Formats: sequence, C-alpha cells, structure tokens
Amino acid sequence: MSFFPYAVAAWLFIIGLYGIVTSRNFVHLVICLAVLQSSTYVLLLSIGYRVGGTAPVFAAVPVGTLAVDPVVQALMLTDIVVEATVVALLLALALQLHKHANTLDPDKLKALEG
Amino acid sequence: MNRRGRMILFLLSAAVFGGVYLWGLKGLPPVGHYRGPYGDVLNQVATYERHVTDIVTAVNFDYRGFDTLGEEFILFMSVVGGTVLLRRQREEEKSEHKDQALSDESPERQAPEPSDATRVLTLGLVGPLVVFGLYMVAHGQLTPGGGFQGGVILATAPLLVYLGGDLKKFKQITSHTLVEVAEAAGAGGYLAIGFAGLILGGAYLRNVAALGRTGVINSGGTIALINLATGLEVAAGFVLLLYAFLEQTLEIRLRGGK
Amino acid sequence: MLFLQFTILTFVTVTATAVVLTRDPAKQAIGISFYGLVMALMFFIFQAPDVALSQIVIGAVALPLMILLALTKIRRHEEEQRERKEKKSA
Repeated sequence: MSFFPYAVAAWLFIIGLYGIVTSRNFVHLVICLAVLQSSTYVLLLSIGYRVGGTAPVFAAVPVGTLAVDPVVQALMLTDIVVEATVVALLLALALQLHKHANTLDPDKLKALEG
Repeated sequence: MNRRGRMILFLLSAAVFGGVYLWGLKGLPPVGHYRGPYGDVLNQVATYERHVTDIVTAVNFDYRGFDTLGEEFILFMSVVGGTVLLRRQREEEKSEHKDQALSDESPERQAPEPSDATRVLTLGLVGPLVVFGLYMVAHGQLTPGGGFQGGVILATAPLLVYLGGDLKKFKQITSHTLVEVAEAAGAGGYLAIGFAGLILGGAYLRNVAALGRTGVINSGGTIALINLATGLEVAAGFVLLLYAFLEQTLEIRLRGGK
Repeated sequence: MLFLQFTILTFVTVTATAVVLTRDPAKQAIGISFYGLVMALMFFIFQAPDVALSQIVIGAVALPLMILLALTKIRRHEEEQRERKEKKSA
C-alpha cells in the first residue's frame, strides 16, 4: 500500500505514452503529452511526502514543526508553468502543420516517412 | 512503420520500462517516510539564514536560483517560438483580404454579443484580479505564492476583457510594445540581479541585498527582487502568447463589425 | 497510508485514463480542465500549496484556453479551404 503512488506515476506514464503512440490527431497527441508530464509530478510529490508533516511554510507555525520536503516542490513549481508554454509551442507547430499539409493525422504525413 | 509495428514496439518498451522502474523502486523508501537530510536541513535553517517564511520560494530563488534561471529562459524561448510560428505571413494577408467579403456575411459566423450578466461579471472582476495577482507576486516569500503563480494570474486579466466583449480595449492592451519590453525586462532583470551578486558578493546569484525582518514584505533580500522580475516576465509572456493565438480572430471580428 | 490520499490518487488515475481515451480534442479540452483541478486537489492533500496554486491557474485556465484557441484556428482554416474550393469549382 505504501508503494501505491509510485504505481500511479508509472500508470500515468504508460497511459500517456499509449495515447501518444496510438494518436490520430496532433492536438490529441499534445494533450496526452501533458498527461505524461504530470506523472513526474506524482512521483516527485510522493518522494518528498512525510506522514503527519505540514506544508513547508512557517508563517503561522513555529520553525521546528515536522514538514514535508520543500526541494521537490520547488522543482515541480517551475515545471508546471514551463509545461504550459511548451504545450503552446507544440500547438503552434501543429497549426503550421495543418496549414501546409491540410491534415492533422500523423499517419497521413508522407513527407516524414523514411 | 505501420500501426501494428508501433503497437508491438510500444508494448515491448513498456515492459522494459516497468521492469527497470520496479528495480529502481527498491532503493526508495516507502511513501510517507522521507529519509533524506537535505529537506530537513533546509526547513531548519532557511528562516534564520534568509529571513523568509516560505521555504519553497527560498529554495526556488536562492538556494537553487540557477535552476530557476534556466527554467525561466525555457519559458522565454517557448514564448518567442510560439510568437514566431503564429505570425501572419504575407501571402496569408493577401488571401485574407480576398476572402473577407464572403466569409463575414454568413450570419452564423458572427459571434453573439455577450449578455449583460457576462459583461458585468467579467469587467467587474478585472480590477480585483489584477490586485490579487500583484498581491500574490509580492508576498511570495511570506506565504504560498510567488512570481510564477502570480504572473499567470495577472496574465488572465486581459482575457476577462476579451470575454466581456470589449475587443478594441483588449487589442490596445495586449498588442502594446510595452508588453514585449516588460517580458525582456523581467528575463534580463533576473540575469542582472545575478551579476549584482557576482560583483558584490563573489558568487553569481548570491543574496547580497538587505535581508530585513522576518515576516515583512521586504524581507529576503534578492529573493523579493527576483520574485518581482519573474512575475513580470511570466505575466508578459503569457499575454504575448494569448495575443499570438487570438490575433487573426481579433482582426476579423474588429473589421467585420461588432 | 491514509484514506484521503488513496481516494485522490485513484481519482487521478481514472481521470487521466478518461482524458487519454477521449479522441475528440474539443471534448478533451474540458477533460483536461477537470484533470487539472483534480491534480490541484491532490497537491493540496499532499501538503504542497505552492504547486497547487500553480496547477490551478495553469491546468484549469491556461491549458484548455490554448487548446480551444488552436482548435478554432484550425476549424476556421478548414472552412476557408472549403469555401475556396467551392468558389473554384463553381
């Protein structure tokens, strides 16, 4: 039971990758990429968690209270905002692709076949 | 490679990933029994060393400030890339002028006017939202918040103007050159504060400003300054992205008559 | 592990599977907005308020907004193409 969050992270990764592999629409692919990125958040969060710990903000509680790990939270915070801009960039790429090839289907792109 | 080949390759790699992941999990402690010393040390000393109460912001902008610099520049480059990709090329503008006559006369193409309730709600909330975003940016080192969160909240304020139907004002706000200047100033400001640390303290991004008293808004030294620079950059970056996505639709709706 | 954490993690799993298995991007945009909210709740329950704040604004507002704007542009472009073809053949 204590390894359940790790299993959830692995499942999110696999289902996101499955969505990317079997996708028929580039916008659907980009959204599955967002789901795949959220698996890392679950993993990082569960590494730093401590049972009975409080948030690492000491504005109202004294400094010595048991708290969860702040370093992994700092890593996750910037990552979420950066994820949004990367998704925007990928959507702009998908738009340009649609303008030139008139399709959003990865299977129909002849020019990329080796 | 056709779909079946892709599926088989995916199942194989998922199996390998699962095996390696389970093998790696053996070294991790069970969830809830965080072992490592780094987080505990930071929780104990950060308030005494830097006079801030939000340890996550202190870690973000001071102890691991160099990583956040890199992340902020990823954001900057993504915004630049998105704006470049969505720019209107010359042949698009010509063809758009030709198609203007036939595409805007169909009655179902015109977007409906927002109702009075929508307009009151959105335009009434713009002011409180801006104040709330600024509050969240400024209090980053005291309570949960900071440049990244507050910046995104600030960037949704022009969106409320768009939803309220005031298209001309929205275009004036978001296409102003001041937005681009603000974004560059935010990104460059972070770099410049780091150089101040190099000149005055001997190491890049060292906290050299006055630390102040714990619990007031100007505590933390360079943490507060970097917070403001990041908030500016994130807000301006998202407004630019929003304008890049909405530019064409905006032109058509403004020209076709409201 | 506590009951609340277990519930929210199950919720996250089910919502993620639902988002991936929805094939239409317009419906997926609503799905990912809800997923962002569920993730923010999970961050809250795991004692991470900074990250929850970030996730609420990004996952529930910015991400579905950009997806819907991209879809609008694509649909408009498709309609223009169709009208141009009709004009040519007419």
